[in-house]
Amino acid sequence: MTAPSQDRLPHYVSEAPYDPAGTPPAAVPAHPQWWLVWQKLKRHRLAYASGIFLLLIYASLPFSEMIAPYGLEDRNADYLFAPPQRVHLFHEGEFIGPFVYGYKGIANLDLFKWDYVIDKKQVQPLRFFCSGASYNLWGVWAGRFHLVCPSATGTLYLFGTDRLGRDMLSRVIYGTRISLTIGLIGVSISFALALLIGGMAGYFGGWVDNLTLRLIEILRAMPELPLWMALSAALPVQWSPVAVYAGMTVILGLLDWPGLARAVRAKLVSLREEDFATAAVLMGAGPGRLIGRHLLPNFMSHLIASATLSIPAMILGETALSFLGLGLRPPVTSWGVLLNESQNIAAISFYPWIMLPMLPVILVVLAFNFFGDGLRDAADPYS
Amino acid sequence: MGRYFLNRTAMMIPTLIAISVLIFIVIQLPPGDYLSNQVAELQAQGEDASIEKIAFLRAEFGFDRPLIERYGLWLGVWPGEKGFSGLLQGNWGWSFEYNKPVSEVLGGSLMMTIVLNFAAVLTIYLIAFPIGIISAARQYSITDYGFTLLGYLGLAMPNFLLALILLYYSNQWFGLPIGGLMAPEFIDAPWSPAKMLSILTHLIIPVLVISASGAAAMIRRLRANLLDELQKPYVTTARAKGMAPLALLIKYPLRNALSPFIADIGDLLPQMVSGSVIVSVVLNLPTVGPILLQALRAQDHYLSGFILLFIAVLTVAGMALSDLLLALLDPRIRLTGRPVQ
Repeated sequence: MTAPSQDRLPHYVSEAPYDPAGTPPAAVPAHPQWWLVWQKLKRHRLAYASGIFLLLIYASLPFSEMIAPYGLEDRNADYLFAPPQRVHLFHEGEFIGPFVYGYKGIANLDLFKWDYVIDKKQVQPLRFFCSGASYNLWGVWAGRFHLVCPSATGTLYLFGTDRLGRDMLSRVIYGTRISLTIGLIGVSISFALALLIGGMAGYFGGWVDNLTLRLIEILRAMPELPLWMALSAALPVQWSPVAVYAGMTVILGLLDWPGLARAVRAKLVSLREEDFATAAVLMGAGPGRLIGRHLLPNFMSHLIASATLSIPAMILGETALSFLGLGLRPPVTSWGVLLNESQNIAAISFYPWIMLPMLPVILVVLAFNFFGDGLRDAADPYS
Repeated sequence: MGRYFLNRTAMMIPTLIAISVLIFIVIQLPPGDYLSNQVAELQAQGEDASIEKIAFLRAEFGFDRPLIERYGLWLGVWPGEKGFSGLLQGNWGWSFEYNKPVSEVLGGSLMMTIVLNFAAVLTIYLIAFPIGIISAARQYSITDYGFTLLGYLGLAMPNFLLALILLYYSNQWFGLPIGGLMAPEFIDAPWSPAKMLSILTHLIIPVLVISASGAAAMIRRLRANLLDELQKPYVTTARAKGMAPLALLIKYPLRNALSPFIADIGDLLPQMVSGSVIVSVVLNLPTVGPILLQALRAQDHYLSGFILLFIAVLTVAGMALSDLLLALLDPRIRLTGRPVQ
């Protein structure tokens, strides 16, 4: 257990005779807090990997159009409820790169479902960096460039298709955009509320504190989901999808702040009594400056870690509400909206791949949990 | 203990009043109401007789009065057309969609909700207790890692997705019945052992699903607490004196690690009740969950309001119960009146 050598300062002994009255040596330039946190986080492998995974997904959000092989609403009436296609590398023992076998739907009139037969003669190689379905990137630039496309005459349904013959994988990729941003914006709202309300309670104390604590207690005693359901049912039906999206983020953020606010308050109450806080007040710092400049930075990293841990709850909340049909509605596509179709038991037993949107939900929620846990450990780099 | 009991119970009252105000505001939020939508529809069809009935209902529930009065009417602290008649007098309101009193619409589903949640709490204890102890006593063993992994999955997997998956697989693999509360042939049958058995087997999956995330959280907590206790010097002393490991574990560290085990159920309750609502919708259980969803969609606001309030009361009462239980176990709490930090 030796510390890496670059962490250590070179051993140094002054040649000069000791002079007790002389000027004290300059303080050792320590690493800034964020650097220490970063170093500690890097040592936490799982958290680090989860962080990179999340970063990659968020970075990909602006380019969903390019990553998805098909457009969001591209329908193919010949492939309704088509099962996922497997990517193969070898055809009859011969390597020909990634490809899929073509298949064809046959109506099963006994069970009223579609059966698909794989045709091993049809080899449909994937194309990469190719030109495929057209789209408008960010609603401005028209483009046809995709990372991966089906072969010119074939199909590429890696997650299968839904009841209208739309590619599930592409829809999941587009849904990521909505589901992940809604969590982030919701947490920002709840974070701001928590700072404001918790900050006021912790700083002013007295009846403000009492009132806030009671309010927090009451809100925490309320089961969140039913209240979310009631609030999102209150969103007017005639609202545009964008307005509903904004409304949903506010609803999710509005009920999530109590936990964070309580943490802010508890920290402020203890830090307010510290000597450095008294010193700042004596030097004339007002409440805003004292809180923002002297107290907050002491526990900001803890707060960010807690906020990270509450993002998955938001994502799950949106998914649950949309799944129930109370949240976002088509044509807005989120993971919850996609899962809404899997409420149908007959559909699940015939076409289980329409449950696939739960895969990214689970992965992202796990990643946020691991990352948040790691961040919380790293937030206190001296321990 | 008597004083603590009274204090804790009295604390519920302001909380419940605040919650009822909050819920009343939330259910009044949607623009328009069920009755005015109905009136418009009936006028279009020229049915005046029904309009009279609706006018009567409007007057009875004071739809034209200010918000505060309507709240008072609902709660039963403000005189309406027929004097005081609100929640406090046992009048739970009128469901416009079913055209029946709320109490008749809900019927047995209230009891079913309580039973389901109670069973879930018991299951959390039954699962978390042995697993938490094993994970801590055999830290870093394969069992520990396995349960930790399962625990993370339990935390991360939204319970309605878990319900969906189980809906699909449990029936295929284990032949466990899914959906509904009992086999169809028992629905109108009188009570019998076979009917009980049918209900019990139908309850297995929903109860497991609802308690999954709670049990996962509980296991993590118990494991951490127990690990802390196991490192303390008194454990070493007892071990040095030759005490059998199992007896030692049960007699000292486990007792000390137990009180958060009781206290935490209060924190887990809101989340669990939330879970039971959505799981009931997915699995089509006759609890208040599916009725709430339908009432919210139809703006049947006395029905949805009462269900929300019922859920809140259930949670608040459960939390109070866990506090009282904790006080019973821990003299420090009942004497000082607050939990030990």
